[in-house]
Amino acid sequence: MMDTNHNKNLFDYCLRIADTSLVLGQRLGEWCGHAPILEEDIALTNISLDLIGQARMLLEYAGQVEGKGRTEDDLAYFRGEREFRNLLLAEQPNGDFGQTIMRQFLLSTYQYYFFTGLTKSSDTTLSALAEKSVKEVAYHVRHSSEWVKRLGSGTPESHQRMMNAVDELWMYTGDLFDADQTDAELTAAGIGVDLSQVKLQWENKVNEIFAEATLPVPQNIYFIKGSREGKHTEHLGHLLAEMQSLARAFPGAGW
Amino acid sequence: MTKETQWPLWEVFLQKKFGVPFEHAGNVHAPDKEMALQNARDVYSRRNEATCIWVVPSEAIASSSPEDAGSFFDPANDKIYRHPNFYKTPGASFE
Repeated sequence: MMDTNHNKNLFDYCLRIADTSLVLGQRLGEWCGHAPILEEDIALTNISLDLIGQARMLLEYAGQVEGKGRTEDDLAYFRGEREFRNLLLAEQPNGDFGQTIMRQFLLSTYQYYFFTGLTKSSDTTLSALAEKSVKEVAYHVRHSSEWVKRLGSGTPESHQRMMNAVDELWMYTGDLFDADQTDAELTAAGIGVDLSQVKLQWENKVNEIFAEATLPVPQNIYFIKGSREGKHTEHLGHLLAEMQSLARAFPGAGW
Repeated sequence: MTKETQWPLWEVFLQKKFGVPFEHAGNVHAPDKEMALQNARDVYSRRNEATCIWVVPSEAIASSSPEDAGSFFDPANDKIYRHPNFYKTPGASFE
């Protein structure tokens, strides 16, 4: 009985990590062919491919943990909106380039400290996946933070756009650290990551970069949460409709 | 596409493994050297092509012009004693 509950928790935990990477990767893919310059088009889709790679490995593992024979494709393409466990921030629309960069910086910084913590997981599959992912995410942080600094302290227009991006996105950052019973149990078991630690590290980094970018850190904002119960914003359904349509119209389609 | 709307151009050099010479790979646009490095990484080394990257402002490169090729390079060709072929010269185009 204990074991079933543990597997259910671990399955859910894998989905949270995997779905965040998958949904964010899908969002970044929307920039393909549309980014402001060629170099940035390649940079954003590179990051997208890193994230989709992370999602594939984690979904495959989630399927094994669940033990019902579901593959990474089954989990990516044949779950509904309420079954997705990605962080709300990941599903937010691209907006302008500044908003995409701000979303990336806030999430990549979270993922960097989260994966760093996960490298010490007693679950050897998760720690190995984290080891690989943390190197990729370190570059995502570098790329997005350099942009935040330049756009924040650039022209009056770029500064204003970054302020708008913060206004759009900050309310979803509380969801990053909204630990529930599953987080608590897996952290106590040495498998999960202590989100209170991640929060401190995240705040330090965000404060540091925002200061350099001359962007004020919002205070006393009402946070919208709910990703851990699959309560999403209206944006996820549209994203999934696009992402899943081909697999659902032609099940088992090959490349 | 007037000049003012473009960021400066940077020439990209990749070192494929430690110790070998850097080779010219192409160029990127970027506002400064950190972004030039990142763009060079994404455009020219996203599949592990390099272990180290140099970026150099294109305008910092002085080039000989093709019209000068004669006076620059011909004088070396007919003097066999300038071409020691009994030992290897790193990077030389002749045997």
